[in-house]
Amino acid sequence: MIAAAQAALRRFVPQLIALATILALNALVFPGFFDIEFQNGRLYGSVVDVLNRGAPVALLAIGMTLVIATKGIDLSVGAVMAIAGAVVAATVAGGASLATALLFAAAAGIACGLWNGFLVAVLGMQPIVATLILMVAGRGIAQLITEGAILTFNHQGLIFIGSGAFAGLPMPVLIWLALGAAVTLAVRRSALGMLIEATGINRRASTLCGINSLVLLLAVYAVSGFCAAVAGVIIAADIKGADANNAGLWLELDAILAVVIGGTSLLGGRFSIVASLLGAMIIQSINTGILLSGFPPEFNLIIKAAIIVVILVMQSPAVQTLYDFLRSPSEVPTETPRQLPGEAEAPESLGRPQ
Amino acid sequence: MNATSSEVLYRAEGVSKRFPGALVLDGVDFILRRGEVHALLGENGAGKSTLIKCLTGAYRRDGGTLLLDGESIDPRGTQEAQGLGIGTVYQEINLLPNLSVADNLFLGRQPRRFGLVSTAAMRRAARGILAGYGLDIDVAADLGSFSVAIQQLIAIARAVNLSGKVLILDEPTASLDAQEVGTLFAVVRDLRARGLGIVFITHFLDQVFEIADRITVLRNGRLVGSKPTAEMSRVELVTMMLGRALEQETHSRAPQPEISGAAVAEFKGFGKAGKIAPFDLTVRAGEVIGVAGLLGSGRTETAEVLFGVERADSGEARVGAKAVSLTSPRAAVAQGFGFCPEDRKTSGIIADLSLRENIALALQARRGWSRPLSRREQNALADRYIQALDIRTSDREKPVGLLSGGNQQKAILARWLALNPSFLILDEPTRGIDVGAHAEIIRLIEGLCAAGMSLLVISSELEELVVYSTRILVLRDRAHVAELTGSDLTPDQIVHAIAADGSGQAGA
Repeated sequence: MIAAAQAALRRFVPQLIALATILALNALVFPGFFDIEFQNGRLYGSVVDVLNRGAPVALLAIGMTLVIATKGIDLSVGAVMAIAGAVVAATVAGGASLATALLFAAAAGIACGLWNGFLVAVLGMQPIVATLILMVAGRGIAQLITEGAILTFNHQGLIFIGSGAFAGLPMPVLIWLALGAAVTLAVRRSALGMLIEATGINRRASTLCGINSLVLLLAVYAVSGFCAAVAGVIIAADIKGADANNAGLWLELDAILAVVIGGTSLLGGRFSIVASLLGAMIIQSINTGILLSGFPPEFNLIIKAAIIVVILVMQSPAVQTLYDFLRSPSEVPTETPRQLPGEAEAPESLGRPQ
Repeated sequence: MNATSSEVLYRAEGVSKRFPGALVLDGVDFILRRGEVHALLGENGAGKSTLIKCLTGAYRRDGGTLLLDGESIDPRGTQEAQGLGIGTVYQEINLLPNLSVADNLFLGRQPRRFGLVSTAAMRRAARGILAGYGLDIDVAADLGSFSVAIQQLIAIARAVNLSGKVLILDEPTASLDAQEVGTLFAVVRDLRARGLGIVFITHFLDQVFEIADRITVLRNGRLVGSKPTAEMSRVELVTMMLGRALEQETHSRAPQPEISGAAVAEFKGFGKAGKIAPFDLTVRAGEVIGVAGLLGSGRTETAEVLFGVERADSGEARVGAKAVSLTSPRAAVAQGFGFCPEDRKTSGIIADLSLRENIALALQARRGWSRPLSRREQNALADRYIQALDIRTSDREKPVGLLSGGNQQKAILARWLALNPSFLILDEPTRGIDVGAHAEIIRLIEGLCAAGMSLLVISSELEELVVYSTRILVLRDRAHVAELTGSDLTPDQIVHAIAADGSGQAGA
């Protein structure tokens, strides 16, 4: 159990180091970065802001991780956010209850996901092409729902989802933490995680094992659509309106980046939702840090790109190989005995075939 | 065949090639004469394509010499080989379908004027080249707008024009119909008359006897023999390919008793158009049904239809007493079937998952996602089969892709044994694994059969097949043509059954 926990922690080391470094840099350029105040029943501060502003990308990264684990990609999530925002705004503006509106938005997201899944799993389209269709068409659908305007609303319950707080934390933070935990538990406590990884690594072999890869792919894209819908509702609730043109614009790329920073390979297979969520927080820390530092805004994208390049280069196979190579002569002798006690039982018992 | 056919054009001596863990070519000699069509034959994994790649410089050989026109050569790549006069045309045509025919013929060496490509000159030259092949087509049209046969001819024209001494055709007829094959062969005969040495790789024996002057057979990376076609009979060729000297066979083995136990599964008129002709098959408890036939005879197709990978479009299947529909592997697994596919890498192992996960996967898939095997159950399962099948690994968490071929095969077997299937299909279970693991897997098959499991085993190794089979199905041209039982279970009989009839249709 302890060995398993250690292994899990080791998996997150690169992401934790990157996050710590960026937070430290943020504190350097903005000394009050770690200050947290408690006012009007909720916490305020830059760190809370990172958690709050990072909610949409974190939510998208949950679904995106699963999709990427199956060797797919979902480019449509930004557009699905716009659709879900338009649906929820249109429904409450029409006088329906909050529950109905949320249900409709979730249904819209899941329907979008199933469409993507249908194109990928049933028709066998390449995921990047299949989801590109909805990426382009989705904003059009959202505009049809909002009739081309920014559809505003004044429904307090819905607004609470975007800017309210519960137990001191902003609602978006609670939502992404809860959804992240729920999906992680769902895939890791059931066999879904293993089946998704198997399908992503070798779909043919998995199908021959009796895995229903078709249903699995449909489900994974549906989850991605659902996560995008939740993110879309939060964004709409935050600005008290549905902006079909700009809601979630380019966020699919941030979500993919979060997954990549989280160390899940775009070639499918092994995945970690927690690492992707750390990736989302790394991206948001960069965004917030640049804003706080007071750099001219025209530098923002360039600084962000530079930091991300550094993170990805650190994680690249070439650098890993170099690192292992540099480390091997001096540290291996000390490393080996230290690792043995924790993992001794398994290799020992297997090492002697009797 | 030809006045100059005795003159050696390209000679390879003692060519060896080693891949990690396997010697794929072991001192192979190959002699190609001027004005000769030389068929290179062998089953999958015999080393044909490796030899070709060594001859064309695509692979660096580990040993041996290459002599072209008597001079030692050492091509470092296909480009260099082309420059020396060795051209290759692959089965999947590696030209660019979105460029014009003329562009494809001259790609990389377009005639230029003042630094610009002279399209007019190029088209004129292209028409000139193609006229030599009796092709009068619009050379400005996209290559992709022509049939595969025409594209093949254009690829040949390019290769001959670039190289001009040796032409290697790797399964050129695989996707051509009979008439197109005729056209292609006319061109090949013409090139032979011009003095080229042509290496022809195919799986169609009829075509070999139609066009080849000489046949060389490889098996398991070794040269089995090389003979003029005129001196070779069909039975002899099949024997060489499958590796059996007819006269030496005195296999000491008690004939297996006929098993008349309860039928585990029954298939009537089962088949799929274009894959395998309808066949009847009754699988009884505790019997091993061997399946023999040359490559492309429908062996794997039989397995895939039985396991629901390819959905049968005729006939019916019964398991126990009730009719079942095998529409997917999942449905077949639900009926107690298991299937170890031929290609471990692409269809068997999940390379990045651990040995433990690979073993647990099929059981987990059958239980469904909502009833996960606990880590402890998975560990116990993995440990049990690691020990039972003697899978050599440092530990059960090692990614299965890092294990040797034999251990990967055992891992896939373990995956199915964990389900305790009533009917297990093994497609080439011993291919590409070392001798020790080979024997273990054969022992395992015998053990499973003794324990009452029914197996269907496809294998190219006839000696192996007769050892464990209760009866043997013989396939030819995608149909079940014979069933051997009792004292007929000898490699001789299998070879004769495979080769029977074929000689009558050589001209097809």
